[in-house]
Amino acid sequence: MSPALPLLLAAILAGVGTYGVLARRHAVLMLIGVELMLGAAGLVLVTVGQFSTDPLASGAVLTLFVITIAAAEIVVALAVVMAMFRTRGDVDLTGQAQADDHGVHRDGEDLHREHHRSEDHAARDEVVG
Amino acid sequence: MTSRDVLFAAVGLITAAAAVLSVTSRRVLHAGLWLVVTLGGLAGCYLVLGAELVALVQLLVYVGAVVVLVLFALMLTRSGAGEVDTSMGHRWIAGAVGAGVTVLLGGTLVAAYGWAGREIAGPSNEQIGEQIFGTWVWPFELLSLLLLAALVAAVAVATTGHRRREGQR
Repeated sequence: MSPALPLLLAAILAGVGTYGVLARRHAVLMLIGVELMLGAAGLVLVTVGQFSTDPLASGAVLTLFVITIAAAEIVVALAVVMAMFRTRGDVDLTGQAQADDHGVHRDGEDLHREHHRSEDHAARDEVVG
Repeated sequence: MTSRDVLFAAVGLITAAAAVLSVTSRRVLHAGLWLVVTLGGLAGCYLVLGAELVALVQLLVYVGAVVVLVLFALMLTRSGAGEVDTSMGHRWIAGAVGAGVTVLLGGTLVAAYGWAGREIAGPSNEQIGEQIFGTWVWPFELLSLLLLAALVAAVAVATTGHRRREGQR
C-alpha cells in the first residue's frame, strides 16, 4: 500500500483543522478544529509507524499517548469554556463582542448592587450596634 | 493499486468530507455530529492501516468520551450561541491559510515518503503491549498523573465562578 494516501489525508485534516480554528467564533466549534489537527498528528504517527520496522513500536505507542493527552486537553478546555459561559453569558471568541456584552454589564451591575447592599448592611449594623 | 489502497481511499474520502462539513456547518450540533463521523472515519483509517489497537482506543476515547463531552458542552452553551462564524473576509483568509497548510504538509510528507507502495510492517498488538509496559512505562505512568491533574483542574475551573456567584447571593 502506498504511504502517500494516509499522509495526504493527514495534510487535508491539518488544513481543515487550521481553517476551523481560524474561522470559528464559537469556542466549542474552535475546539473541533483543534481535535481535527490532533487527529492529523495521530494519523501521521500511525502511518509512519506502520511502514517501518521499529522495535520500540513508537508510532502506535505515541499515538496512544497523543489520544490520552488530547482527552485531558479537551476536558480542561471545555471546563474553561463552561466557566466563560457562566461569567459572560456567551461563548463568543471575538474581542468586539466583549465591549457590548450584556453578560458583563449584568454581572457588573450585580456586583455593584451587591456592593451597595453590603455597605447598607454595614451601615445598618453600625446603627444597630 | 492494492485493495488496501482502494479501501483507504474510500474511508479517507468519507473522513475528509465529514471534516470539511464539521468546520463549515452553521448549526453547532450538526458540526458536533460531523465530528463523530470524522473521528470514526479516522478509526477506520487506522484499521485499514493495520493498527487495530490504536483504532479501538480512538473509538473508545474519542467517539465514546470526547465527543460526548463536546456535544454536552454545545448543548449547555446553546443559549449563548449567536453568530458562529467570523466575517466573510476573515473566512477567506482562514481558507487560504488552511489550503496553504494542506499543500505545504502534503508536499513535504509525500516528498519524504514517495508514492511507491510499501509493505505494512507495523508492530503486532503483543509488541505494542510489551513496549508500553517496558520501554515507555515511565511516560505511561506520567500520563496517568496528567489525567488526574486534568480531572482535578477541570472540576476546579468549572466550579470556581459558580461558587463565587453563590457566595455573593
